[in-house]
Amino acid sequence: MTYKIGLWLVAAFVPLTVATAQDVPDNLANDECVVCHVDLEALPEGFLMDNVHMKEGLSCVGCHGGDARSDDEEIAHSGNFVGIPEATDVPQLCGNCHSDLRIMRRYQPSASTDQVSQYYTSVHGEKLQQGDLMVAECASCHTSHAILPATDGRSSVHPLNVPGMCNQCHGDADYMAGYGIRTNQYRDYAKSVHGVALLERQDTGSPACNDCHGNHGAMPPGVDAIEYVCGMCHVNNAEFFHETNMARAFNEEELHGCEECHGIHDVSKTTLEMVGVGDESVCTACHDEGDDGYRVAEEMYAQLTALVSAQDSARVLAEEVHRIGMDDLDISYLQREANQSLITARTLVHTFDPAKTGEVTTVGIETARDAVELARSEIEAFGFRRLGFGVATLFITILTVALFFKIREIESVKDS
Amino acid sequence: MSTKKEQVFQWLDERFQLSPLIEFMRHKMVPIHRHTIWYYMGGVSLFLFIVQLFTGILLLLYYQPGEDSAYESIRFIMNKVPFGWLFRSIHSWGANLFIFFIFVHMFSTYFTAAYRKPRELTWVTGFILLLLAMGFGFSGYLLPWNELAFFATKVGTDIAGVVPLIGDAIKIVLRGGPDVTGATLTRFYAFHIALIPAIFTIFLGIHLLFVQRQGMHEPESVANMPADRKKMIPFFPNFLLRDVFAWLIVLNLVLFLSVFFPWEIGVKADPFVPAPAGIRPEWFFMFMFQALKWIPPHILGMEGEVLGVLAFAIAALAWMLVPFWEIRSRSTGKLKPMVLIGLFALFFIIVMTIIGYAV
Repeated sequence: MTYKIGLWLVAAFVPLTVATAQDVPDNLANDECVVCHVDLEALPEGFLMDNVHMKEGLSCVGCHGGDARSDDEEIAHSGNFVGIPEATDVPQLCGNCHSDLRIMRRYQPSASTDQVSQYYTSVHGEKLQQGDLMVAECASCHTSHAILPATDGRSSVHPLNVPGMCNQCHGDADYMAGYGIRTNQYRDYAKSVHGVALLERQDTGSPACNDCHGNHGAMPPGVDAIEYVCGMCHVNNAEFFHETNMARAFNEEELHGCEECHGIHDVSKTTLEMVGVGDESVCTACHDEGDDGYRVAEEMYAQLTALVSAQDSARVLAEEVHRIGMDDLDISYLQREANQSLITARTLVHTFDPAKTGEVTTVGIETARDAVELARSEIEAFGFRRLGFGVATLFITILTVALFFKIREIESVKDS
Repeated sequence: MSTKKEQVFQWLDERFQLSPLIEFMRHKMVPIHRHTIWYYMGGVSLFLFIVQLFTGILLLLYYQPGEDSAYESIRFIMNKVPFGWLFRSIHSWGANLFIFFIFVHMFSTYFTAAYRKPRELTWVTGFILLLLAMGFGFSGYLLPWNELAFFATKVGTDIAGVVPLIGDAIKIVLRGGPDVTGATLTRFYAFHIALIPAIFTIFLGIHLLFVQRQGMHEPESVANMPADRKKMIPFFPNFLLRDVFAWLIVLNLVLFLSVFFPWEIGVKADPFVPAPAGIRPEWFFMFMFQALKWIPPHILGMEGEVLGVLAFAIAALAWMLVPFWEIRSRSTGKLKPMVLIGLFALFFIIVMTIIGYAV
């Protein structure tokens, strides 16, 4: 009896153990390549059964050739069977489908089909054509057998995974030795405002490597292109800067637009102290006391700090209003408006025109002062409430005392 | 020749037989002794109920139930409606004091053994009023639709869901669906302003009627005194004035709390964010909440929580039926069995509540 129970237990758990290994999906049940390789547990390293190609029925033969109908290894591995494709052939192999709009529109009607041609314009593509097998081809970034849409968190090309993926080669000093390029980009990027937002806060709106360097056409932005690259997101900053004399002077000196003040991969969070003439000022790197630029930096710094100071006063009083339970709704709206002025003024810094920044900071300071006034009136109203309570409680207390004497009077009459 | 006032009275008296009622009030006497202070607790609870009714009706003029309007309307009441902040704070503080004084009233009744014959049903109706008041608190807590209330309601209705057999049905009825949503809010609003007040008013009427018919209970030590040593005062106007005296003190207390510690609105509930730390029910549910937290997951093959809920239900039923199973002891000492049971209940409630807030 006991052994029968044991058999039932074994029978119950055997299918479970098979199912937890790679399982052959229904759409590939007749694909002998998959069936046999699963059976032999001879799947390539990192193979993912639910990769995007397998899900759509594009099995092994799509890239490796051969005959998927036969379970005879010799027949299956014959004909146009190519085994592991050469790295130099990979872009073209992928391009067989990905460059064909008629094929791709069946899966992604809006997909671009120029990845291969873009790739050959990139440094990677150019070097591969020259026979350099160390550079990245399609599978280097997308993997060979775990290809997933970039929107899938498991994908090697998901925005959160891109910096790490690029760093596998670009952070390896030995690997990059022959190319004469730095290998500290990831380290710099990870501590930058962009890197912290993407890698720590998982804000996929923050740029990864490909957002500045391009995806398939990856190459370093040219000296004159940096401000356009940053300007893709920081539109107003780039536009303001582009129209200034400073931009023209930068061009003449062959200085990089944004990089000179903000850095490249290590772009840090901007502070007010970057403007002005203090120790952390970026203006004093070029401007000396007495020149126009120095004066402009001083003036803009004074405008911005005056606004921040007004905001601080409003914040302290707003916190007090909130603490005592009074109406802080309109105060918070005014605070937001003042903060918007600060954001605009900080953007306008890139015009290097104190008249323009001053116009906005003046409005911001007035708004912050309105918030201060409103907060003071709320605090006064709270005082009025306390006074009101004082009067009410005095009235009630008098009534209570009067009642006390009345009760005594009634009861003393009764007693006597 | 009778005055106009007398003529009006006569007119009414002929139709409604008012004279016997006035006679009754004139002759109704209240004993005065060292335990008299406990007599005011019921009156104070009644006064706070009237305050709740009055402020609740004022809040109704502006409150809008609904996921997108409840929190906003409370904010509007607190910030924009003239004296809205005051009435909302009085309503919130008043609710807590209301339940507190009912508890005091109940324990004073218990320890003076006022539940004994002929007041058994007065005790039962009083206990039902306490349960209804707690229902008022539970349903009202959710109405501002803030984060703490939202998750506390979720936990509270989950606990109701563990009752064997009917738990799931109770949970669905309370929530208006499987989850706490806008439907729960509408439902709790209906409970809070219509269903519970209607039932409460009926039981309150019965409770007051019983009190009036039976008069004040005299503790054993007073009842055994010789008649000439007993002090009695008329209910009207003497005792009523004493009641009003206590009410004025309580009114001052509520006003003080409302002005200096206005009831917070909190953060608006967002069903899609995880529950924040520090979710807890209102203080009068805390002792049960804490006890349920401490119960092991499994006891004697049963789920600990189910067992805990059943234990509380049985304890509540036993407490309600105290007059019918009271253990009478001939011992002359103060620590009689019923006193011990009462002290244990009081100790349990106080200690568990303190631990609930401290942990």
